[in-house]
Amino acid sequence: MNTKSLWTNERTRGLIFQILLVVGIAVFFAFIISNTITNLEKAGLASGYSFLGDTASFDINQRLIEYSSTSTYGRAIIVGGLNTIVIAILGILAATVIGFVAGILRLSKNYLISRLVTIYVEFVRNVPVLLQIIFWWVILLSLPKVRNSLSIGDSIFLNNRGIRLPSANFYEGSVLVFSALIFALIVIYFIKRWSQKRQAKTGKIFPFGYTALGLIIFLPALTFLLADQPIDFNVPTRGRFNLKGGFNVTPELVALWLALSTYTAAFISEIVRSGILSVSSGQREAASALGLKPSLIMRKIILPQALRVIIPPLTSQYLNLTKNSSLAVAIGYQDIVSIGDTVLNQSGQALEVISIFMIFYLTLSLITSAFMNWYNKRIELVER
Amino acid sequence: MRLNLIRFAAMAIITLLSFGTAHASTLNDVKAAGHLKCGINTGLPGFAFTDDKGNWKGFDVAFCRALAAAVLGNADKVKYVNLTGKTRFPALASGEIDVLSRNTTWTFSRDVDLGFTFLGVSYYDGQGFIGRKSLGIKSAKELDGASVCIQTGTTTELNLADFFRSNKMKYEPVPIETNAEARAGYLAERCDVYTTDASGLAATKSTFKDAENHMVFPEIISKEPLGPVVRQGDDQWADIARWTLNALIVAEELGVTQANVNEKAKGTKNPEINRMLGKEGSMGKMLGLDATWAVRAIAAGGNYAEIFEKYLGTKTPLGLSRGLNALYKDGGILYAPPIR
Repeated sequence: MNTKSLWTNERTRGLIFQILLVVGIAVFFAFIISNTITNLEKAGLASGYSFLGDTASFDINQRLIEYSSTSTYGRAIIVGGLNTIVIAILGILAATVIGFVAGILRLSKNYLISRLVTIYVEFVRNVPVLLQIIFWWVILLSLPKVRNSLSIGDSIFLNNRGIRLPSANFYEGSVLVFSALIFALIVIYFIKRWSQKRQAKTGKIFPFGYTALGLIIFLPALTFLLADQPIDFNVPTRGRFNLKGGFNVTPELVALWLALSTYTAAFISEIVRSGILSVSSGQREAASALGLKPSLIMRKIILPQALRVIIPPLTSQYLNLTKNSSLAVAIGYQDIVSIGDTVLNQSGQALEVISIFMIFYLTLSLITSAFMNWYNKRIELVER
Repeated sequence: MRLNLIRFAAMAIITLLSFGTAHASTLNDVKAAGHLKCGINTGLPGFAFTDDKGNWKGFDVAFCRALAAAVLGNADKVKYVNLTGKTRFPALASGEIDVLSRNTTWTFSRDVDLGFTFLGVSYYDGQGFIGRKSLGIKSAKELDGASVCIQTGTTTELNLADFFRSNKMKYEPVPIETNAEARAGYLAERCDVYTTDASGLAATKSTFKDAENHMVFPEIISKEPLGPVVRQGDDQWADIARWTLNALIVAEELGVTQANVNEKAKGTKNPEINRMLGKEGSMGKMLGLDATWAVRAIAAGGNYAEIFEKYLGTKTPLGLSRGLNALYKDGGILYAPPIR
């Protein structure tokens, strides 16, 4: 085979072009990266990630792990990352519940209900989410001032600095209570399997919900009493400026949570509606003909089929919510961007901090989509 | 066809490579461009704000104008680049601006680690607290357990943490990105006190409807020497900018004002004035400028005192007295080296 025929052969020619393309792209990126590094070094901008070990010297008001102003920048960024994960999880849970309820209600035959939901969806999804975050924050700031806090039994306080709840102190033996809780969950799982099998065989329905609720309360409560009450509560008291003790949920967290979940829920409700409408009406009619209750038809017939349409766009909404949480900086919820900005300003390492943001959000998004893709695979229509 | 592709690729790579050219002298760059690129705040009463015609005004802006006048002969030949606390340093380091005049605190790490040269101090500031009189306290040292509103991304967060730690007090930080929202949070009593530089407290307090119910606590918890900044490595440019600032201060000392500078440039009995204004010696030439650079810098917006009184002084809404920023001979610490 001479070179001429190598060129005229469609297969090898395609291969040559593919190799050329790959090499070209590799050279292009190698050039961009090396050029950026050289220029940054020339400008004295890049000096690596060693600054993450330096002392942060600033404080953070919401921290899930031990942190003080003598901790490192790296730890401060981890605290911020955890705060972002908290708001992402809370937001996704609430948005899913609100979104599914709103989506189903919008298809309600009750004119008033479906109209109200339409108004909610159209209003919320057409106003920029940043404005909604600030809106909720301002609403929460107009709650009673700290001196006039509303309180429930002098142990839970509500004011414009947040909701202060009693925090729990764990003593020796509290492990038993948690073990009891886990044990209850395992028992519930087996009861569920057993009741499903029995129903499939005999058609008898087991009151599963009540049993589960009873177990989950009864077992830990019993252990709590038997183990000499190993948990007590640190009740907040009024201090000079603020309430002291207990656990404070800041208005920033609540405002961000309300705004993000209602905003994303409006989009989710439309996705749910389209999913439900995609299930052919014959399915519903057939189910009614069998005498199933409307709520059972929705749960057992319509939603499982609608989910196949709902899940892929739902994943995008979850990712959007996570990324929108970076708007927190406007009202001072200390998420990764808010804390990262401070680190950036303090240390001057702009490029490094921004790259941490990018890697963090990318990782979070990839984990979310990996989970959702797994779930999507599981509920996919299995064709025989 | 293939040959063309390769040629195209080669050309593209050569073009891209040529982007990484070295910086020439900033003075030549500014002269060639015909304007000065000056980094200023996105908006801070007194320091950088727009008037009703949309022109940038203020204490920090006045320095840009003086420098443009000294270098280019025209105070209006300035291109303002509005920068946030986050973008200011990358903008300066990358050459997007020629000089940064944006109430920037001169600190060790910024000067040494970030590769910048601070030109001097144009305003001596310090961080303070504002709180309601109804709190019933007289000093910031009684703030144990308080909630404190702060603007994020500034040295204030750090000073605040240091202050509370060294006084063994606890607090809840409420960091908010912009001054407007931080102010809203303070007014809604989300926080007991609001902290920022004393000049900023004065500016913020001037906008309160019930200003008489608020007080600025006597403690100043940090040193915040604010001044203009340039990139490290171009000493000629740093000298030009530094001595423009010094000339404005020396002009106040010697009684040279916007109104009389042209008169005095013709020659006076004071040799120091003559040297500064180019009548004697060759100061301008040493800088790489012409003899009357300082005349133009002073004529652009007046001397230091005139600029201060116009934008920050007691007759403005900010109502700041000179305090530390008075000349050393008037009880302040403002002191410029002699021009000789």
